[in-house]
Amino acid sequence: MGEIVATLTARRSFVGSLCFLAVLSLFLLPASAWAVEPALDLTVKDKPLDAGEVLKIAFSRASGDSLGRTGIVRYELLRQAPGEAVFKVARSFAASQRLGRFTYDDTGLKPGKHYQYKVRTVGADGFTAETAPCPPTAPRRQWFFTNKLNTLVATAIFCAFVLGFIHAARRGRPMFIRRIAGLDAIDEAVGRCTEMGKPTLYVPGISTISDVATIASLNILGQVAKKIAQYQTRILVPNRDPIVFPVAQDVVKEAFIEAGYPHNYRSDDVYFVTNDQFAYAAAVCGTMVREKPGANLFLGMFYAESLVLAETGASVGAIQIAGTDAISQLPFFVTACDYTIIGEELYAASAYIGREPTLLGTLKGQDLFKMVCLGVICLGVLLMTLGVIFRGKPYDDILQLITVRSGS
Amino acid sequence: MKTQIPLLICLVAGLFMGLQYFIPAALPVYNRVNDYIQVVTAFSLVLGVVNLIHRHIGRMRPSGPQRRRHRDWPFSLAALVGLVVMLFAGFGTQRGPIFQSLFNSILLPVQSTMFALLAFYLASAAFRAFRVRSVDAVVLLVSAVVVMVGRLDDGGALGIPWLSRQILNGPNLVAKRAIILGVGLGMAATALKVVLGLERSYLGSGKE
Repeated sequence: MGEIVATLTARRSFVGSLCFLAVLSLFLLPASAWAVEPALDLTVKDKPLDAGEVLKIAFSRASGDSLGRTGIVRYELLRQAPGEAVFKVARSFAASQRLGRFTYDDTGLKPGKHYQYKVRTVGADGFTAETAPCPPTAPRRQWFFTNKLNTLVATAIFCAFVLGFIHAARRGRPMFIRRIAGLDAIDEAVGRCTEMGKPTLYVPGISTISDVATIASLNILGQVAKKIAQYQTRILVPNRDPIVFPVAQDVVKEAFIEAGYPHNYRSDDVYFVTNDQFAYAAAVCGTMVREKPGANLFLGMFYAESLVLAETGASVGAIQIAGTDAISQLPFFVTACDYTIIGEELYAASAYIGREPTLLGTLKGQDLFKMVCLGVICLGVLLMTLGVIFRGKPYDDILQLITVRSGS
Repeated sequence: MKTQIPLLICLVAGLFMGLQYFIPAALPVYNRVNDYIQVVTAFSLVLGVVNLIHRHIGRMRPSGPQRRRHRDWPFSLAALVGLVVMLFAGFGTQRGPIFQSLFNSILLPVQSTMFALLAFYLASAAFRAFRVRSVDAVVLLVSAVVVMVGRLDDGGALGIPWLSRQILNGPNLVAKRAIILGVGLGMAATALKVVLGLERSYLGSGKE
């Protein structure tokens, strides 16, 4: 009896050991030995409103894959371009990324050509599984940003206003422009320099030529340089941007020629200083302290150096006129300068100083369009309020029509 | 011809830049054109450096009837020495330790110093702005004090941060938006004038 019990006990222990080993082996198996599943839900779509060079691709993790803990190392997005026989890796995604769904914009594609994609799941031991290729998809080129239709309409209305007033000005319609003290003071400043026998310092901002404020400043420079040439005094124009510099040089030279004093033009007075912001500020401050100009004109785009320039100018006793559309710098100029040309006045300056009827016409067109903008803003406020009171449609739909969207 | 060709180029480029904003298909051309700007900038930088050298050498050279140097010639010498040293340090040592040392030990501290001057200029500008001479100046002073105190932690108990936010989000924001609207329209009008060749001051006289 005792032998039978001992045999059964031994067998039970043997079976138990087998079970234990089987369970242990399951845990000790390499992760990749688990079946590697393909990724799920692969979608390929054309990117809307673009030049037809982008396809938007998205896919989800393989079933059972939980943030790379099931032996899946990465997902490879394979692309077959037109004319190619095989799929090539377009992008690799680490499975450890904390993403439920991977997305990718495949760029640089050819418009109208068909591309196929599939996703390869790669395990730690190199086991792989692939999805079926998606249907061939072609990126399509679009010819109009439909979401910018209202901007186009507004632009057309604005151009019509401006051109209409230019036409009216050319036919001799008188244009009244309100007095702008800062621009009137330019004459006074140049006259003061002439009386004192000192040069005028003109700083055309520190931005590039692609900035409209810089172009406006160069337009004003032409008018100011002409006055200075007529008064037979000097103008100093230190430049920060290497593209603005030759333009400024040409503008001043032409102004002196037009005024009838080409021999008074000194090419060294319009010069390039440096591309560095504070080095430029230091150089201009040095010029102010050494040359002691009778007037400082700061017109264009300015950044943090605005106060350094304006305070140094005030300390040397020059009459100072500043103009910028940089809202953050306006308080500094208002504080430290005698006259400040605020925002849009900078763009009106050339027309105001030159008094050319066609240019004055653009100011009128601009003002009329501003009235339209005010009307649209009031309409927007009304629609928004009605939308809140009556909960949505149709007010929100109308509001969408007048909402400007930037970018694509 | 001297004026007509630049005006034509300006018209074509301006119209393209205006239209591409509405045409997605034009984006690759737009990006390519933007790349050209870098080429133009590289050439113009050479022009700028040549002008810089020419100007400063001219100031160091004795000229005029009395064959005298410009009174600021030592500054010109310093500028030229700086240019040459940085040029050789940059090209000669492939932006190595000498270049980095010069950049970190001289240029950066000097730039920081210029920037730090702002603090003093701010103080003197604030002193001038806040002098109580009129009702407007009083309003400005009170608003400025409220906004400044509102930024401090200790101002919370008095409800000043709330008042500060009201000033910033109310009258301040309204004024800013009005300026922004005007600036936007001014930019568009200026661009239109330049593209259509109505504004030619940037071409000098603009006459043939």
